[in-house]
Amino acid sequence: MAGAQTHRLGNGGLVDRSAPLNFRFDGKAFSGFQGDTLASALIANGVKLVGRSFKYHRPRGILTAGSEEPNALVELRTGARREPNTKATTAELYDGLEAASQNRWPSLRHDVMSVNQLFAPIFVAGFYYKTFMWPAKFWEAIYEPAIRRAAGLGRAAGIADPDHYDKAWAHCDVLIAGSGPAGLAAALAAGRAGARVILCEEDFVLGGRLLSDGGMIDGEPAAEWISRTLAELAGMPDVRVMTRTTLFGVYDGGTYGAIERVNDHLPSPPEHQVRQRLWRIVAKRCVVAAGAIERPIVFAGNDTPGVMMASAMRTYVARYAATPAKRIALFTNNEDGWRTVETALGAGLQIAAVIDARPEISPAHRSLASKGGFPVLHGSVSGVDGGKDGVRKIAVSLTGGARAEVEADGLAVSGGWNPAVGLTSYHRGRPKWRSDISAFVPDGAPPGMVAAGAANGDFGLGACLSQGFAAGAAAAHDAGRTGNAGSAPVADDEVFSLTPLWHVAGKGKAFVDYQHDVTASDIELAQREGFESVEHLKRYTTLGMATDQGKTSNVAGLAIMAAVSGRSIPETGTTIYRPPYVPVAIGAFAGHHRDGTFHATRLTPSHHWAVEQGAVFVDTGLWKRAQWYPRAGEKDWLESVTREVKAVRSGVGFCDVSTLGKIDVHGPDAGAFLDRVYINTFSNLAVGKARYGLMLREDGIVYDDGTTSRLAEDHYFLTTTTAKAGLVMQHLEFCRQVLFPELDVQLTSVSDQWAQFSIAGPSARELLKQIVDESEDLSNEGFPFMGAREVTLRGGLKARLFRISFSGEMAFEISVPARFGDAMARNLMLAGAPFGVTPYGTEALGVMRVEKGHIAGPELSGTTTAADLGLGKMMSTKKDYIGRVMAGREALVAPDRQVVVGIKPTDETRRLRSGAHIIPKGQTPGPGNDQGYVTSVCFSPTLNQWIGLALVERGRERIGEIVHAHDPLRGEDYDVELCNPVFYDPDGGRQRG
Amino acid sequence: MKYSIFSLARAALSGHKNWQRTWRDATPKDRYDVVIIGGGGHGLATAWFLASEYGIKNVAVLEKGWIGSGNAGRNTTIIRSNYGLPGNTGFYELSMKLWERMEQDLNYNAMVSQRGVINLYHSDAQRDAYARRGNTMRINGIDAELLDLAAVRKMIPFLNFDNARFPVQGGLLQRRGGTARHDAVVWGYAHAASELGVDIIQNCEVTGFVRDANGKVTGVETSRGKIGAGKVGMAVAGSSSRVAAMAGLRLPIESHVLQAFVSEAIKPLIPGVMTFGAGHFYVSQSDKGGLVFGGDIDGYNSYAQRGNMPVMEDVCEGGMALMPMIGRVRLLRQWGGIMDMSMDGSPIIDKTPVDGLYLNAGWCYGGFKATPGSGFVFAHLLARDESHEEAARFRLDRFRTGAMIDEKGQGAQPNLH
Amino acid sequence: MRIACSFCGERELGEFTYLGDAKPVRPEAGASEDEVFDYVYLRDNVAGATSEYWYHGGGCRAWLKVTRNTLTHEISSIEPAAGAGAAKVGA
Repeated sequence: MAGAQTHRLGNGGLVDRSAPLNFRFDGKAFSGFQGDTLASALIANGVKLVGRSFKYHRPRGILTAGSEEPNALVELRTGARREPNTKATTAELYDGLEAASQNRWPSLRHDVMSVNQLFAPIFVAGFYYKTFMWPAKFWEAIYEPAIRRAAGLGRAAGIADPDHYDKAWAHCDVLIAGSGPAGLAAALAAGRAGARVILCEEDFVLGGRLLSDGGMIDGEPAAEWISRTLAELAGMPDVRVMTRTTLFGVYDGGTYGAIERVNDHLPSPPEHQVRQRLWRIVAKRCVVAAGAIERPIVFAGNDTPGVMMASAMRTYVARYAATPAKRIALFTNNEDGWRTVETALGAGLQIAAVIDARPEISPAHRSLASKGGFPVLHGSVSGVDGGKDGVRKIAVSLTGGARAEVEADGLAVSGGWNPAVGLTSYHRGRPKWRSDISAFVPDGAPPGMVAAGAANGDFGLGACLSQGFAAGAAAAHDAGRTGNAGSAPVADDEVFSLTPLWHVAGKGKAFVDYQHDVTASDIELAQREGFESVEHLKRYTTLGMATDQGKTSNVAGLAIMAAVSGRSIPETGTTIYRPPYVPVAIGAFAGHHRDGTFHATRLTPSHHWAVEQGAVFVDTGLWKRAQWYPRAGEKDWLESVTREVKAVRSGVGFCDVSTLGKIDVHGPDAGAFLDRVYINTFSNLAVGKARYGLMLREDGIVYDDGTTSRLAEDHYFLTTTTAKAGLVMQHLEFCRQVLFPELDVQLTSVSDQWAQFSIAGPSARELLKQIVDESEDLSNEGFPFMGAREVTLRGGLKARLFRISFSGEMAFEISVPARFGDAMARNLMLAGAPFGVTPYGTEALGVMRVEKGHIAGPELSGTTTAADLGLGKMMSTKKDYIGRVMAGREALVAPDRQVVVGIKPTDETRRLRSGAHIIPKGQTPGPGNDQGYVTSVCFSPTLNQWIGLALVERGRERIGEIVHAHDPLRGEDYDVELCNPVFYDPDGGRQRG
Repeated sequence: MKYSIFSLARAALSGHKNWQRTWRDATPKDRYDVVIIGGGGHGLATAWFLASEYGIKNVAVLEKGWIGSGNAGRNTTIIRSNYGLPGNTGFYELSMKLWERMEQDLNYNAMVSQRGVINLYHSDAQRDAYARRGNTMRINGIDAELLDLAAVRKMIPFLNFDNARFPVQGGLLQRRGGTARHDAVVWGYAHAASELGVDIIQNCEVTGFVRDANGKVTGVETSRGKIGAGKVGMAVAGSSSRVAAMAGLRLPIESHVLQAFVSEAIKPLIPGVMTFGAGHFYVSQSDKGGLVFGGDIDGYNSYAQRGNMPVMEDVCEGGMALMPMIGRVRLLRQWGGIMDMSMDGSPIIDKTPVDGLYLNAGWCYGGFKATPGSGFVFAHLLARDESHEEAARFRLDRFRTGAMIDEKGQGAQPNLH
Repeated sequence: MRIACSFCGERELGEFTYLGDAKPVRPEAGASEDEVFDYVYLRDNVAGATSEYWYHGGGCRAWLKVTRNTLTHEISSIEPAAGAGAAKVGA
């Protein structure tokens, strides 16, 4: 049974006492209530020690009540759902929650690594840059592994995240960050004006600081104003209020990133629901009402558990009815800190003393002190006596030099407030210094964004309401919404009188960045060593780089740097603010793009048929292509592929080649257009004929190849490689629209419109005759090699037929509308049965193209010229075309370029491998004689040995030369003969036959 | 001041009050033998090699902001020499060898950590391309191993092997690759160069070139006055076009933004550097515990030093596709650096058509790993007036002659490299 | 970033593909290697407002000429790129 909530007030707060929740922290059972965070529930149970710091493993307690928390980080959940570094201050309590403290061993109370504190005199900022250098080998072997094990905080799950994430878009006129008084007022004004509004609140309850600090608005208590306002907003159909949603970044064109924690308040997401949702919000205007963050004062022992931000202390007491301490001291340099005293007294807690750094305090507070019976000490806290069980005594340096001691079990600290300037600074706008509040306020915000209320440095409730309202109304107006916003809610402004105090000098470690254990003396050391720029300071000391992103530490750190370097704070400046505003799960940015749905899958028209045939598939870009069709009894892929090749070469086979890019080129200037994009000429191609074309990039290197046919005087049908289908279309559109606007030509991508099959082999014509209408003349005379025309199929379907060959056999490619692709595959099987038709996959296709010496992807490497590929003669000298001039540069026409040749091993039983390099025979391989490499290989069933293509220096001049294939990666060295790349039917009789 | 565990212990006794500046805060002199524009890793390394290797110590490094404020301080800290084309292969290996002795050279711990770099492959074609590259490396005396699926599974068992859209088939491994602490590289060179007499001048922006009657560059105009120079070397990747324009030069370079990301610090999760072959994602884990990762450039010209969400999503999609165990690890910070994207994806280290002005530029997103090598060969060029043999192909006129070094085969389209 | 396509209206960055500087004009046929080299390889690489080509491949397939500030990413004008890179014959 869970322990009693010893530190829970009997009444009050926004927790639901009727809904108790059990949870475990470090294995120990506790209970809390619905409405608690893990932090508030731990506090309600009297837990003070919650974590260990990064470097010194100092015991740490809860410092804040929000996403700025540096200390109270836990591993939340277990198993695959374990989330390291989860802020207890924002984790909502749920029944069965399990959390564990981090970075300690064997336990939080007894952490062996706290021995690091003994080495603290050495472990100063940047100490590792000065040592661990000798001997050199020891870094990877000894020093670094030890450092790595010690560093880091929580442990990631180490197994796949079982949850799902969504990504969504939203559009609005006015986007509002924060639901405090400024945010709610902005939503009211914008909503009333008729704007489409989205309000994002990272908390699970709306109201911001009003939930903790209360106050009177429009003459009623804040809580009532909130309910009334929410009711009004709920009545506006175009206002969307999103809780558990943090606006984390602003991008170009008014695009914002937000993360919605849809189901993090439950043990696990309900079935078919996501854990979190990433929002891309497009907004015309944005009002940042994200409030301000209370800042600590740096003094010795300020990291003792029980030292807490004053505002957080009253949040725990007022909102959660949980008491971080029974006897509280306050250390403040401003008026606002005193509200914690008021809240604590209201809850019946004891005030030990108020240590106020200001010379004067208000008469009201003086009388509060005398009524409450506690002393007000003018001075500063100079030390804390305490340990892992919390604060015991507080040492005070009084103004004038005397010392005092205060006994307390909790110390609330208020050093003033820093507006949350993150969002407004993400476009590299630098916040500006406002001396009246001694804080940076937004400046140079991205277009369309404005800050209001505390986020703008105006902390009074009245100011928050009026500024928020005005900002909301103005944003709606700017977005073109001109309805009547009515009048702004009204409240009084509190006094915010502050005397800046950043650092109290004293003995003992005084922490600036709690999580990274950066102390005031580290900053002084950095300055001494020349790391005076704030960016150097950050990088040298790691100040502000922890999971809290410096929300509580940055300004204090640079204030101390300013003091020691004799500059003002604004002169010292801030570091560049970087999104995200709060850390966001990587899974959320990925959404459903993981596992099998990482990228889309494109299926060929005959895919389902191929599945039925038991095909093995290969990924080709996004496509799944049938790689081979294994048959029972075949022992490996090679046996299947060999069978397929032999079947084609001796009978007939077919292959789905629909993945090729297909472009219809229409218009009177279609031929002229193609002449400019291909190195060879197409305007003189006869209607009814196809031609192989090669196109270059403008830099003279080969871009793509394919067969283009002329179907009519003003209509060409162009094909591209599978890989370049989209890119060639883009390139041709560029040529058409941008470079050659005078040509009357239109381009239509028809890649997905046509299912295309290659039908190859000596029996191809006989098979085809069974498919096409009897009236079609398929004879060699009626439809010769490189013929292209529309044909009618039996049953009347129109198809496009091309007599082209990649395999070297007599072959056709036939295109039918894509929806008939599946039927075509089945028909080919039926009609081809008498001829022993064999479907073949991309492997057999590849084998036959290597046998035939055709170039493909490995040779079209983006660095080869037409001449390198043996196609230099295609380059027309009679016309201009893309890439012509640059192709003539000296290095591209040099005689010693690597060019395509065939290779075959001198040992006919040897296997070849792509990626082996070519070295002259008898030489020791080295950079000086590395003459090329093997691009493509296959086992040729036709030649009954392995063959390949290679790019070899002066290769064509060296046909017949025996060279050395060097493959040290695979430990292989062997001789190969350079040969004609066309291994099969070099004079082309078979394909013409 | 010598850095060691002993000096550290001694300093601890005096409360670390006696440490000196890591580098002297120099004020500009009237004239230097060599002025380097750009106080990043490359500029500072150049200065150090000029002083230490070539005996030229009257050198100034001019930095418009704080040293290391450009790409040296904004990268993913990877070092490797796994290039496949003549020109790159030898140069990056020279650089790798200099990484291996950096700490001893500089008396500064740059945390050079050779935990290995693996490029994963997901198709036969990709395997073949890696085989070609790995063999090039081996022929050049560089370590490389081609791992099959079983070997990759053994080495990094947590990848998504069984439920992937593009399953891992193997990888090309360079065990000597790894990471280094980027800022420390900058500070280490600054420290060592300063000790040898090099003036490091921060907050000193070059605003123009001083030229004599023949057009020779004889110095620079700066925000801190005119500074004479025997020779001027530019090492301002990201801003190369802007600085070159002051000398009337147009370069084969575009500036593009590359984003990078770091997660919250977690206990050791991944061993070395990994590159996903079926998407844009590469990752390592810093000594502090953060996953440091990135992917592709945003793809449009930019000097804004920040990027947009599509690339951020694309990179995380790649990460989740490769290792879905990082789903609940949180992205802590994103940033953007400006890359000198050259027209063939390889750097330029050469004299310029302007007498007295030397160029070190075009590093694309690969400049960090080149830092020591770049400094070494640029110092050679400045000292000897001729290219170091390992940088002889990084000529400015290679685009004119067609002798490009195009590893990716993308041509004159910088955003595709 | 969002780009208001001249034909489709404002669309998200992901629908577009970037090519580069729209200032260079393709030299006419017969131009020298030097002229074409300049066109293909040399860039002003402006830090500030510059015109550039974007392709609306995820939409209408129009090539657009976009004037955009490379320091702020702010877009000031967008028009169809028709003929923008065409050789100025006889010029």
